[in-house]
Amino acid sequence: MIRFIAAFVVGFIAIAARADVAIQELTTPSGINVWLVEEHSIPFVALEVNFVGGTALDEAGKRGATNLMMALIEEGSGDMTAQQFQAAREALAATYEFDSYDDGVTISAKFLTENRDQAVALLAQAINQPRFDQDAIDRVRGQVLANIASSAKNPNRIAGEAFYSAAFGDHPYGSDDSGTVETVNALTQDDMFTAHRNALVRSRAYVSVVGDIDAEAVGPIVDQLLAGLPEDGPALPDHVDFGLKGGVTVVPFDIPQSVALFGQAGLKRDDEDFFAAYILNTILGGNGPQSILMEEVREKRGLTYGIYSYLVPKDHAEMWLGSVASANDRMAETLDVVMDQWARVATVGVSQEELDAAKTYLTGEYPLRFDSNQAIAGIMVGMQVEGLPVDYVIHRNDYINAVTLEDVNRVAREILDPEALHFVVVGQPVGLETTE
Amino acid sequence: MFRTLFAALSLLAMPAIAEEVTTFTLDNGMDVVVIEDHRAPVVVHMVWYRRGSADEPLGQSGVAHFLEHLLFKATDNMASGELSEVVAANGGSDNAFTSYDYTAYYQRVAADRLPLMMQMEADRMVNLRLTPADIATERDVILEERNMRVENNPSALAREQMMAAQYLNHRYGVPVIGWKHEMESLELEDALSFYDLYYSPNNAVLVVAGDVDPAEVRSLADQYYGVIPPEENLPERLRAEEPPQTATRRLTFVDPRVSQPYLARSYLAPERDSGDQQKAAALVYLAEMLGGSPFSSALGVALQFDTQLAVYTGAGYDADKLDDTTFSLSVAPAEGVALSEVEAAMDAAIAEFFASAIDAARLESIRTQLRAGQIYARDNVEGLANRYGAALSQGLTVQDVQDWPAVLEAVTADDIKAVAAEVLDTKRSVTMWVAASEGDLK
Repeated sequence: MIRFIAAFVVGFIAIAARADVAIQELTTPSGINVWLVEEHSIPFVALEVNFVGGTALDEAGKRGATNLMMALIEEGSGDMTAQQFQAAREALAATYEFDSYDDGVTISAKFLTENRDQAVALLAQAINQPRFDQDAIDRVRGQVLANIASSAKNPNRIAGEAFYSAAFGDHPYGSDDSGTVETVNALTQDDMFTAHRNALVRSRAYVSVVGDIDAEAVGPIVDQLLAGLPEDGPALPDHVDFGLKGGVTVVPFDIPQSVALFGQAGLKRDDEDFFAAYILNTILGGNGPQSILMEEVREKRGLTYGIYSYLVPKDHAEMWLGSVASANDRMAETLDVVMDQWARVATVGVSQEELDAAKTYLTGEYPLRFDSNQAIAGIMVGMQVEGLPVDYVIHRNDYINAVTLEDVNRVAREILDPEALHFVVVGQPVGLETTE
Repeated sequence: MFRTLFAALSLLAMPAIAEEVTTFTLDNGMDVVVIEDHRAPVVVHMVWYRRGSADEPLGQSGVAHFLEHLLFKATDNMASGELSEVVAANGGSDNAFTSYDYTAYYQRVAADRLPLMMQMEADRMVNLRLTPADIATERDVILEERNMRVENNPSALAREQMMAAQYLNHRYGVPVIGWKHEMESLELEDALSFYDLYYSPNNAVLVVAGDVDPAEVRSLADQYYGVIPPEENLPERLRAEEPPQTATRRLTFVDPRVSQPYLARSYLAPERDSGDQQKAAALVYLAEMLGGSPFSSALGVALQFDTQLAVYTGAGYDADKLDDTTFSLSVAPAEGVALSEVEAAMDAAIAEFFASAIDAARLESIRTQLRAGQIYARDNVEGLANRYGAALSQGLTVQDVQDWPAVLEAVTADDIKAVAAEVLDTKRSVTMWVAASEGDLK
C-alpha cells in the first residue's frame, strides 16, 4: 500500500502569470521516495531516476568503469542480447537513456500509456539484470576509446583536463571519468558487475514521475524498477579543496581560435550566501547578453561570440568558473578584460539597478521552466538530489527577492578574487605564457 | 479567413488526440499560425522570414546571418540590446537563428507578455538603425563565431567541403555562416539591402504557441503587425537550380586534428514538396532502415554486429528544405580497419539491402516509433512551433504539416524500395574520406 506522506498543491505567482504544479510526495511499499505530478492531457509518462554517487565511485585503477557500465545497461539483459533488447524497446516506442556524471548516474525514460506495463517490465529487466556480455563490452569499449581519442584533440576537453587535474589532483574530480586508454582496455566483465553493484543502490535513488499516471499506479512501478537493487553502496569520496592558484596555463595546440577555461573556488549549494552568489553570477556572466562579461567582451569589443560564468557546486567541491573563446591574437586582451571586470565587481560591486534587473529576470524565468512533462520531471529530481523540500518551488522566488544589495556586494568582496583566478588557455595565444 | 484545424492523429490503440492549430493571414499578407497548449502560462512568439543564406546575393555569403545579429541593435524606438533586456526583465529568453531557407527570431515569455513581444518584434521589422560601429564590432563577433563553430572543428571544415562538392550550382553549397573571406568584406549596405527587401510582413510567418486564445492573437497581430505596409517589390524566390549529377564525386580531407577517421556519402534527394510528400516519407523510413539504430539498421547490423568493422554507422535524411536535399550515410572504421575496407563493407550492406525483402516486423516497428514520436512531440510546444515555422518558410502549407503523419503512416515496403533505387545511385553521390594524415587515406 502506498503511504501518502504529503500532497502539496504548489501555486506560484510569476510576474503576472500564474502556474500551478501539484507535486505529490509518495513513498512506495518498499520505502522509496517518489515525487509525482499527474498530467493526463498527453498519453505518456516521463520518469527520471538519479542515483547519487556516480563516476566518483570508480575504484582505484578502474577509471571509466562506471561510465562504461552505464553505456552497457541497454546492451543486453535477462535472456535478451543487445539486439533483442533494442528490438523489444523499439517495438514499444519507449525511450530509455542511461547516463553518468561525476556525482551521479541517471535513467530517463518515456513510455506510452498504451503499453506502459511492458515498457516498465523491459526497463526493470535492464536495470536489475544487465548481462554485460563480453561482445557488448568489447563493442562499446571501442566507442569509448574513440571518444577518448576525440577528446585528446578537442580544445575544450584539453582545457578541462588541464584545469581539473591541476585543481583536484588524485581526487576523482581530477581526471576524465571516461578513463584512459589503459584503464578502459583493462576493464573486465567483473568490473562491470562491481560498478553496477556500487552505483545503482536504493538508498541513494531519487525518483520523479510526470504524466498520464496516478499515485496508486506509481508505487508498484517504481518498486518493480528499483526494489531489487542493493540497499547501500561504498562510501562516497571525501571533500576536496579547489587546488589551483591564480595565474595562466597555456597548452599549445594548433588552432586559429584559443579557448579558455577559468575559475576560482566557489561555495556550497547549502551555503547561506548561495542565493546572493547566484544572483551575483547572473549579473556577472550568467545571463547571456545582459551580463557584464558579455557586454564588455562581446558587445563593446567584439572579442568573442560568447563568454559565460557559472557557479559549480558539486557534491564534494565548489568552483566559480567561466569560459570564452577568442582568436589567438585577441585572447590576451580578452583575459585582461575578464580580470579587470572580476576585480571591479569585487571592489566596487554591482548597482541596485543591476540587482533589480537580475531579480526580475530570475523570478520571472523560474515558473516558465515548468512547461513540459519532461522538464518538470528533470527539475523535481534535481531538487530531490539537492535535498530541497517540495514546497521549495513556492518559496524559491522569495529567497531570491530577500537578497539585498549589501548581501550581493559583500559576497562579491569576500569571494570574487582576481588574484585567485586561474586561466587555462588552449591554442596559440599571442603574448600569453604559462605563469609560475 | 479564420480557419481552425484539428490535426487528429490516430495513435496505436489510443483515442485520437489533437494539437490545436489555428491559421489566418493578415491583410498585408503576413501568415499567422497559432498553436494552443494551455498546460503552462507560457508563450513562444516567433517571426520567420522566408529568406535565408541560400537567398543571398553573390559574393555576400553570410549576410543573412550577419543581419540576424544586427537585428539586436538599435531601432528608432529601442536602444541597442534593449529588446533582449526587456525580454529578460520580463523573465523571458530570446534568440534567433539562420538557415539556408529562413531567418527566425523568437521569445519565450509569460503568456500575458505577448503584446510587448509583438510590439518590439514589429518595431525591428521596419525601424532598424544601424551604425558603422555596429558593423565593425558585430563583424568581429561573427568571425569569432565562425572560428568557434568551423575553423576550430575539422569535421565542420570537412562538411563545408562536402556540401560544396555536392552542390555545383545551388547555394546550399555555400555555408550558412559564410565563407570567411566574404564575411570579412560584408558592409552596412549589404545588410541593409537584404533587410529592406526581405524583412516585410508579406515575406514573414508569425507563429504563436502556448497558453493563448487564437482570437486574441489575431487582434494583437492586426494591431502590431497588420499596420506594416507590405513590400510591393518583393521578388519571386528564384534560385539557381542544381543540374542533374552525372559523375560520381570523391574527395579527401586531411587535418591533423582529426582523431577518428570516417567516411561520409551523400546523394541528392527530393525534399518534402507541397501536396507531394510521399517520396520524402519513404526516405525517412529508408534512413531508419539503413542507419537509424545501430542495433537494427542494415549498416549497424552488418558493420557493428555481424562484423566489428565500424565503431559508428549512421544515415541521415533532411526532409525539410525548399529545394533538392541530401540523403547521407556515414561510417567510422574500427581501430586498424582501412577506410577502403569499411567503404566496401558499406556498399555490400547497401547491395544486400536491395537484394533482400524488407523485414515486415522492422517496418512496423519504425512505423510505431514515428507514430509515438507525434505523441512525444506534443510535450514540447516550442518544437511544434518550429515545425510549422520551418515548413511555412520552405514552401509547405499548414495542411502539408498536418498531413505529414498520415503520409508517414501510409508508407509501404514497395515505396521504400522504389525510392532507394531512385536515390542511392552512385552517379548521384559524393563520397568523402576524412583522416589525420595522407597515410590514413587507404
